Amino acid sequence: MSEITQGSSFAGAAARPLLGEAARRRLEGVLIPVTALLVGLLLFGLFIALNGKSPEEFYYLVYRGGFGTWFSLQNTMTRAAPLLLTALCVALPAQLGLVVIGGEGAFVLGGLAAAVVGPLFGFAPGWVAIGLMALAGICAGGTWIGLVGAMRHYRGINETISSLLMAYIAIALMHHFVEGPLKDPASLNKPSTVPLGPDMRVGEIPGMDVHWGFAVGILACLLAGFVLSRTTFGFSARIAGGNARAAAVQGLPVGRLILAFTAAAGAAAGLAGMIQVAAVQGSANASLAAGYGYTGILIAFLARQNPVAIIPMALLIGGIDAAGGFIQRRMDLPDATVLVLQGILFVAILVSETLSGRLLPSRNAKG
Amino acid sequence: MNSDLGLWAVPIAVLGGMLRVSTPFLFVSLGECVTEKSGRINLGLEGTLVFGAMAGYGGSYLTGSPWLGVLAAGIAGLLFGLLHAALCSLPKVNDIAVGIALMILGSGLAFFFGKPLIQPAAPMLPGLSLGAWSSVPQVRAALEVSPPFLIGVVVAVLLLFVFKRTRIGLVLRMVGDSADAARAMGYPIIPVRVAATAFGGFMAGVAGAYLSLYYPGSWNEHISSGQGLIAVALVIFARWNPLACLGAALIFGGAGALGPALQSVGVTSGYYLFYAAPYILTLVILFVTSSPRKALEGAPRELSITR
Repeated sequence: MSEITQGSSFAGAAARPLLGEAARRRLEGVLIPVTALLVGLLLFGLFIALNGKSPEEFYYLVYRGGFGTWFSLQNTMTRAAPLLLTALCVALPAQLGLVVIGGEGAFVLGGLAAAVVGPLFGFAPGWVAIGLMALAGICAGGTWIGLVGAMRHYRGINETISSLLMAYIAIALMHHFVEGPLKDPASLNKPSTVPLGPDMRVGEIPGMDVHWGFAVGILACLLAGFVLSRTTFGFSARIAGGNARAAAVQGLPVGRLILAFTAAAGAAAGLAGMIQVAAVQGSANASLAAGYGYTGILIAFLARQNPVAIIPMALLIGGIDAAGGFIQRRMDLPDATVLVLQGILFVAILVSETLSGRLLPSRNAKG
Repeated sequence: MNSDLGLWAVPIAVLGGMLRVSTPFLFVSLGECVTEKSGRINLGLEGTLVFGAMAGYGGSYLTGSPWLGVLAAGIAGLLFGLLHAALCSLPKVNDIAVGIALMILGSGLAFFFGKPLIQPAAPMLPGLSLGAWSSVPQVRAALEVSPPFLIGVVVAVLLLFVFKRTRIGLVLRMVGDSADAARAMGYPIIPVRVAATAFGGFMAGVAGAYLSLYYPGSWNEHISSGQGLIAVALVIFARWNPLACLGAALIFGGAGALGPALQSVGVTSGYYLFYAAPYILTLVILFVTSSPRKALEGAPRELSITR
């Protein structure tokens, strides 16, 4: 997590403890969330047992349905693809201390924008159309969450509330356009936009049954991790997130950082929406609002807002999702069981924050 | 239905919808108002609302009494409030994030335990006919008022009195405005916040029971469309004043009723845009009344969401 090591060398002249400050923090950064996840899984096992089902069977089926075979693993990766990007939509603003929970709106509008732009370029080569669709998704999502950042910076409107309101508005807009002006007359049962041509569809990674969106999501998380930990831009964001006033006194452009990070966050979710349309659905319709944006919130918090840690967490949640239907049929549990598990994991990881800085002995602990 | 009323059917339907749709907003926002006055915010009320809807419906079905259902929903809400309060009392635990987590957990548990309740019919809360004087059926339908709405109005007035005129209200406000000052005066911070959050949970639970036992009056997984969250924004809009919460809830109810009312007279295009009206309204009001330089007027200063 933290790359700042000056502190330990500065204070380290006296007694040498077993671990340096940086190593201690890094170890804690892994130990605490892993312990929290295990405790969460244990609590959920108890919940399952109290309902007269076998937790062992449940977890075995999660393993089988989500990770155990190459087939299920590919299914998991496909499910994780949009979640990687919607989790970034939460984790990026979180670097500045902002809690943006309206990624669902950017996702939905990104998908809608892509479905509108694609067919306009039916004459162009497929890859041009796909590129323009991606751009449309990025712009739509980036504008939507960028607006949240702008309202925060220029008017002081709380971003948590406004992003959520914006998500509801975006979903209403999507329904309005898909069932009204943009409806394909041929889509009778499920109102949708005009379907994309076959050369405008995002294909699968060679040798796998997983579409390219998964690779894009992984790259985006790695890129975000790099920018945050290795560039001045990312460093200034972390300073601004720690103390906005101190950052402003240092001359850091806090307002511009807020705009840039919220726009980038929205762009990630908008791109996820575009991928969902171009790789999975083939057109924009009500299925876009399936909660990918909201699951992204959970994943970002499980990853403790670290972009690189989003990757394993998205795979974990994607795997549980992928196994959900299978488990439901095998064990006769309601489909909300997965939601209960997500809620318990979420609470466990948040409560574990209270241990940070207290789990392992620190040399400058206050006693 | 609307044979001879013409366009008058729209305002009458909006009035009726306003009285019906506003009640859950009113209850959640009054509860959240107390919670926020103590310096905490509970976004998990959305999950509490959904769980309350399930518990209320289940309670009414099992006992045969809708009022026992309301009580069950309130107690369930209270427990969720206590859970939120207890978790947030640990050091370094963020109240907004815990709220989001409890939103997921509350809905998940509600759907989990509520699955067998989708089929059976539970006894509903009765309505009070305040429109008996009118011979127009639409007016009578619009003025069919629910007892919870009237209770909500009384609670709003009571809360205003408690905030302004009682010792409990003073302590609550002090804890929310400056924990340091309250500590210096010897008042316990955490117990006050726990009690305030538990009260908020209770009210949200009751609001849920209203959804499943009066209007729309059924239990399913789409019972709430974010009323619990809008109510949180609504408290900000109402500037932490219980009477303003009542007004805000009525405006929201009216905005929410506009779409269906227009649809009933044949205006069907743009239905979804009318559906978005309450959200747009909140955003516009937040935009107009916020300022980048100072915290919102009347905001509890310990509250994380206003700064």
